[in-house]
Amino acid sequence: MTNMGQKGSFQSLPQGCELIGDLKISEVMTRNVLAVPRNTTIREAQSIMKENSITGVPVVDSRVVVGIVSMNDIMNALESGRMDDPVTDWMTFEVQALAEEMPLSFAISAFSKYPFRRFPVVNKRNELAGIITFRNINLALIRELSRQLQEKNNLNEHSVDMSSLELVKEYLLSRYDFENGGKASSEIKKFLKGHGIPSRLIRRVAIASYELEINLVAHSDGGMLGFDINADRVVITSHDHGPGIADVDQALTEGFSTANEWIRSLGFGAGIGLPNIKRVSDEFIIQSTLGLGTMIRAVINIHTKDQHNN
Amino acid sequence: MTIKELQTDMNCRAVWNGWEDREVTGAYTSDLLSDVMARSEEGQVLITIQAHKNTVAVAVLKDLSGIITASNRPVPDDMIETARDEEIPVFVTDNNQYETGWRLHELGGF
Ligand SMILES: Nc1ncnc2c1ncn2[C@@H]1O[C@H](COP(=O)(O)OP(=O)(O)OP(=O)(O)O)[C@@H](O)[C@H]1O
Ligand SMILES: [Mg+2]
Repeated sequence: MTNMGQKGSFQSLPQGCELIGDLKISEVMTRNVLAVPRNTTIREAQSIMKENSITGVPVVDSRVVVGIVSMNDIMNALESGRMDDPVTDWMTFEVQALAEEMPLSFAISAFSKYPFRRFPVVNKRNELAGIITFRNINLALIRELSRQLQEKNNLNEHSVDMSSLELVKEYLLSRYDFENGGKASSEIKKFLKGHGIPSRLIRRVAIASYELEINLVAHSDGGMLGFDINADRVVITSHDHGPGIADVDQALTEGFSTANEWIRSLGFGAGIGLPNIKRVSDEFIIQSTLGLGTMIRAVINIHTKDQHNN
Repeated sequence: MTIKELQTDMNCRAVWNGWEDREVTGAYTSDLLSDVMARSEEGQVLITIQAHKNTVAVAVLKDLSGIITASNRPVPDDMIETARDEEIPVFVTDNNQYETGWRLHELGGF
């Protein structure tokens, strides 16, 4: 049975809801969802799920959701040796669907209220329009956070005098977001170049910044890369909320890396990043606690020291 | 040698056109980006099989003169886009990294 639009049943809104403001479920859900008709066999459903790497698929009767078949249902059928039964014999009928025009906060409440890991989303005609999982919500939250941060930064930027070398800026990095890893460093490089900073110095900043940025993406659960720049020095800070580093000295040893195969295939994981940040920095501080997170501060002097060195 | 001369002499294919010619001061070969970050020098061309947009980011941050993806590695579209945005030349060659480095040594004297 499709049970939808019960706005009254989702009450307590968890924290973080101010953030998602007036986002609607339809803006966040996955569209083009796969669905199967009633007469699909368990075996067919299983291979569809496998091919598409999904763990559940809605069953529809001319676009109206009549049930949902999950990995669990398939396991049960398999155990009884009845893989050729229609999905309707094994699926869950009591489907809790959400309406696409509901605010996203309702979906968040639904996840805390029900044990399900995915909810079909239906349109006004009660037809399947999409599916929503925790992943959709996380992505939406991250996107919204970055957007708000960006807005804040744009305000900051306009208030600085562009002729003077001053910038305070923070970038939010998420785990495994290699797509965007490197953007912060390249923006900072352009900023410094625009202010006539010698390229040798810019490259040192770029090294420290890029390696910190990629480490946040590759090794942390997500974090913040901050820049505080004035005519004397560039301060780069990296903060994250986990997982922390067990042995900091070991992490600073050239060649030590915990990067997995996938990260290595992208060209990272030689274990050179941290030692190189330390090498190019005039000041370098690292603090880390397992379970709590890692804080790194790297300073590159623009005046004073460097003028003597070169 | 300049990057245009490199393209002609090495007979490699540019994945996008319209870049400005520039001096090539040497070459560096690696597939580990943090190694490129640590040890490549400004003006060098990077010979690599690591064909993705992170490679472009590193080459730009280190002021390298260009990228040669060896062994005919397919260059993904988003890498081409990033290279175009950053105005850094990227070439494809059938030769492997050793052959590419060796030929550059012969032609460019480095
Ligand atoms: N922000 C972080 N949170 C948790 N662990 C980290 C963090 N930064 C670094 N580490 C740990 O320190 C190790 C060494 O970091 P380093 O940057 O030197 O090498 P890498 O990132 O593994 O490889 P490379 O930087 O050469 O691509 C990492 O493999 C990881 O285990
Ligand atoms: Mg690293």
